[in-house]
Amino acid sequence: MGKPTRVTNRIRALRFAAREMTQAELADKLGVTRQTVIAIEQGRYSPSLEMAFQIAQVFEVPLDDVFQYPKGE
Amino acid sequence: MPFEEKMTWVSLVVTIAVPIWYFATMIGRLQTTPAADIAFQKPLIVAIVASVVLIVIGAILMSVGTSVTAVARGRKPEDEIDRKDERDKTISRHGDLVGYYVASVGTVGVLVLTMLEADYFWIAGALYLSFVAAMIVSSVVKLVAYHRGF
Repeated sequence: MGKPTRVTNRIRALRFAAREMTQAELADKLGVTRQTVIAIEQGRYSPSLEMAFQIAQVFEVPLDDVFQYPKGE
Repeated sequence: MPFEEKMTWVSLVVTIAVPIWYFATMIGRLQTTPAADIAFQKPLIVAIVASVVLIVIGAILMSVGTSVTAVARGRKPEDEIDRKDERDKTISRHGDLVGYYVASVGTVGVLVLTMLEADYFWIAGALYLSFVAAMIVSSVVKLVAYHRGF
C-alpha cells in the first residue's frame, strides 16, 4: 500500500530546529495524540487545513514551510 | 497506541468472542432440535447484553491501565484518555461507513429469509450475524487505518 497522501512535510526538521521538540510536546501543543503527530510526519495522514495552520503557528513559520505538494502533477 | 484504538480492539475481541458462544450454542441445539422449536430468544438476549457489559468492563479496565501507564510516564491520565482528535474521528467515521455497507448487505439477506417465510430462528440468527459482521468489519477497517494510514 502506497502513501495515502502526496503531501510532504518538514515537521521532523522543524521539531529539531525548535530545540529538539519531541513528538509528545508537539502533540500536547496541538491537542492531538502523539500517534497522530507520527502519522502526519510519516505522510500516513493529511491533517485538516485548520490543524495544518496550527502546526505552522507552533513553529512560527508560513504554512508552505511545513507542508509541500508536488507541482504540475 | 491511541485510547480510541485500544477501545476498537476491545470492541473487536468482544464482538468475536460473544457471537462464537451464541452460534456454538445454537449449532449444538440444532443437532437435536428442529430450528422452529429452538428457544433462541434467551441466549440471544444474553449475548447482546453480555456484549454491552463486556465492552463497558473493557473500557473501564483500559482506562485504568492507560491511567496507570500515563502516571508512570509523568503524564496526565486525561491527556491519554480524553484526547480524541480529528484523525480518530475520521477513522471512526470511515470504519462505521464500511460497517454500514456490510450491515446493509446482511439486511438484504434477512429480507430474503423473511420473504421465504423462514423460521424465526434463522431470521434472528441472520440479523444477529449481519450486525456482528458489520461490527467486526468496521473494527478491522479502523485498525488497518490506524496502522497503514488514512
